[in-house]
Amino acid sequence: MTFRYLPMTEQDKKEMLETIGIETTEDLFQDIPEEVRFRGRLQIEEALSEPQLVKEMGRLAALNKNTKEYASFLGAGVYDHYTPSIVNHMLLRSEFYTAYTPYQPEISQGELQAIFEFQTMICELTGMDVANSSMYDGGTSLAEAGLLSAAQTRRKKIVVSKSVHPESRDVLKTYAKGQHLEVVEVEAEGGITSLNALRAEVDEHTACVIVQYPNFFGQIEPLKEIEEIVHGVKGMFVVSSNPLALGALTPPGKFGADIVVGDAQPFGIAQGFGGPHCGYFAVTNKLMRKVPGRLVGQTVDEDGKRGFVLTLQAREQHIRRDKATSNICSNQALNALAASIAMTALGKQGVKEVAHQNIQKAHYAKKVLEEKGFKTAFAGPFFNEFVVELKCTAKEVNQKLLESGIIGGYDLGLSYPEFKNHMLLAVTEMRTKEEIDQLANVLEGLSCVQNISH
Amino acid sequence: MRTEHQSLIFELSKPGRVGYSIPELDVPEVNVESIIPSDYLRTEEADLPEVSELQIVRHYTALSNRNHGVDSGFYPLGSCTMKYNPKINEDVARFPGFAHIHPLQDEETVQGAMEMMYRLQTSLAEITGMDEVTLQPAAGAHGEWTGLMMIRAYHEANGDFNRTKVIVPDSAHGTNPASATVAGFESVTVKSDERGLVDLEDLKRVVDQDVAALMLTNPNTLGLFEEHILEMAKIVHEAGGKLYYDGANANAILGFARPGDMGFDVVHLNLHKTFTGPHGGGGPGSGPVGVKADLIPFLPKPVLVKENDVYKFEYNRPQSIGRVKPFYGNFGINVRAFTYIMTMGPDGLHQVSENAVLNANYMMRRLEPHFDLPFTQHCKHEFVLSGRRQKKLGVRTLDIAKRLLDFGYHPPTIYFPLSVEEAIMIEPTETESKETLDEFIEKMIQISKEAEETPELVQEAPHTTVVKRLDEATAARKPILKYSKQA
Repeated sequence: MTFRYLPMTEQDKKEMLETIGIETTEDLFQDIPEEVRFRGRLQIEEALSEPQLVKEMGRLAALNKNTKEYASFLGAGVYDHYTPSIVNHMLLRSEFYTAYTPYQPEISQGELQAIFEFQTMICELTGMDVANSSMYDGGTSLAEAGLLSAAQTRRKKIVVSKSVHPESRDVLKTYAKGQHLEVVEVEAEGGITSLNALRAEVDEHTACVIVQYPNFFGQIEPLKEIEEIVHGVKGMFVVSSNPLALGALTPPGKFGADIVVGDAQPFGIAQGFGGPHCGYFAVTNKLMRKVPGRLVGQTVDEDGKRGFVLTLQAREQHIRRDKATSNICSNQALNALAASIAMTALGKQGVKEVAHQNIQKAHYAKKVLEEKGFKTAFAGPFFNEFVVELKCTAKEVNQKLLESGIIGGYDLGLSYPEFKNHMLLAVTEMRTKEEIDQLANVLEGLSCVQNISH
Repeated sequence: MRTEHQSLIFELSKPGRVGYSIPELDVPEVNVESIIPSDYLRTEEADLPEVSELQIVRHYTALSNRNHGVDSGFYPLGSCTMKYNPKINEDVARFPGFAHIHPLQDEETVQGAMEMMYRLQTSLAEITGMDEVTLQPAAGAHGEWTGLMMIRAYHEANGDFNRTKVIVPDSAHGTNPASATVAGFESVTVKSDERGLVDLEDLKRVVDQDVAALMLTNPNTLGLFEEHILEMAKIVHEAGGKLYYDGANANAILGFARPGDMGFDVVHLNLHKTFTGPHGGGGPGSGPVGVKADLIPFLPKPVLVKENDVYKFEYNRPQSIGRVKPFYGNFGINVRAFTYIMTMGPDGLHQVSENAVLNANYMMRRLEPHFDLPFTQHCKHEFVLSGRRQKKLGVRTLDIAKRLLDFGYHPPTIYFPLSVEEAIMIEPTETESKETLDEFIEKMIQISKEAEETPELVQEAPHTTVVKRLDEATAARKPILKYSKQA
């Protein structure tokens, strides 16, 4: 059988074996001891031709309800946003996606410059001095911020608000275990971090306080007060932020954040069942030489011409090996590129307008639901997400919504038992007034099959 | 490549230009100051570029023209497996039913995605000879750390809290010791012998009751198969340690040998290498981890299972190390890898490794007369030359790499592994034709002659790229990490 990715002919093979001076390719595998040599045939599915493959993968894809065909109000860290058509076209320039990490700068100037521009735009949005070339995602980026804080302060206690994404907190706990760090969770009250609870937990052992802005419930955290508490004990102030929200909201840098992390998924990156997305990691100048991951810097070539290189590599695992504070090697370059193209397309005006549309549409949705008699959980200021109390179980509500062509919200009771039968709804610029009204109408018209208890 | 000055996108910006289009707001507008406190409303706008759509398209097209990918030309970057990235993978990953689904949708609405994941993890378990696979880790290094955390949890579950050491060969990737550190271990180096293989006597010396695991790439980073793998496994297992397989070099052994049969307890694979990811200019990758039965309880949450033909994420796993990543891994990369596996099937994958190894050995033998070859046995999918002969002529490996740029090649990996002086690590992969290999070999021979006859030609290379050698020292000493208008 021949394969379209394998160009070797029998004639090629013969010539190559002759050059090597052996009879068969089997001779090249003699160093594998017979006891471990695999002599069977791998029990995996048989190869498919291209048309068969397209059909089979198309069948699998068609089994999934997608947000192109359904109006989605599901957010909770991953959002359905406007992606300019050019993003995909530029991403498919294969000089980008078939390249390795730009370790040979002379033939990687395109990638390096794109990352340099990404770093600049992340700094602009977050109000920070330095941003790296990207991290795996928002969750691991947040965990690395915890590790960096602990290393920098030589303290062992990481304080995180319960209004931070539950899955990010879970990831943080796993990372902390490896480093023998303690993770303390602080209660949220009224949808935001309880300042009293925070004050009670924060002390001279606190490496950092981590909050999310806007937080998991969509609420805007009181960064000003939190900053005073954490800096009062000389801990690091870590803010996880949806970068799109920062088109409208005061950037964490203005509130004295030491580290700002998050996920650039809202900028041109497909929801893709949760990944790959694009973590970002931004810090103050003071922490520049402690940032995990790759950094691109500007320099000049032998003729004085501007160029870009990977820099400050002494921080990284391939140099520091066991002394490295992070083991991260790859970044999410291609997704950072997607985010860069989307941020560039939106530009100064667009990022502001899209952020404001999110605010307006989400507030409209909340108002419509309240007018229909639904209780919303929190009264504080919010960005594009809010929590509504349901008449039926979230599962049942979502099933009914699906019948009306809507993917409903996140069942908040799954991660917050106190919010059983509550739903976290996200309303982005992609949702029309008609879709929002329809959502409200379906919710209003529901009669529950299952009784619920509050 | 075009050599003219390349503007930053910020330098093209002019107030008033836009590159986007969204509908007018269709809901009644409220005064934002009435709903968000003024302290939290941004006053100073984020200074993003203001450019038109065509300007953006030209900009990124120009940037792509200043970049080299596998599609541009041969990319024999050792240890990175820069094989062809099939176009069909890109198409499939963009099917709306894969690209535009939300990770928190009800499981009934994403059964196709879950089926794909399940079939992928089952295939990877078979390919590696392991009992179960998680797709959660985002990359190879992330997989290493995940695997080590599981090994730690395993020892602790046995009441064994004193295993502090992870052994790594001196030729290991930098991520191995770094992952060990992040997982809370101390790493201990084991030496290689004169044949480039782990020194069994040294291994016996460093293995004791403190050992949690040995991390190993096989074939190792010199492209050589660790022939004594069973003895090594025995030494480590008898001391109560576990064997960790770094799958960076799995492209050499598909269908020829399986880590699970060699005694490995934990394996990670780099789907962006062996299974055509693609590399994306540095990521995203995907680093699934496979384990033997005794480590299954410690797999990260959630675990994807199949019950009565329904796919489910299982969260109730009391001994799990916890989550290592939000959601379920780099799904988009996993779709591509599965598409590739389905393209090749069992015979195709076997042929992949056979051809990859044959290509590498052919190149090695043809280059052997012209460069020093520190290890002379047959290699697997890659081999390491030493540029020490050329160094004596004043031409360093770095110069050779830069000279290759002039011929339109991406150079091999250089100065790695650290154990070889002036290392040049070449991995051709199976997707390159003999003609391509021959052309590259001729250029390498030409460069070796240039090193003797016109060394300055090599020392001053590259001559044809958009920029010449860059001042990396100043970049690190006075870092400029973002654009600012006044600069």
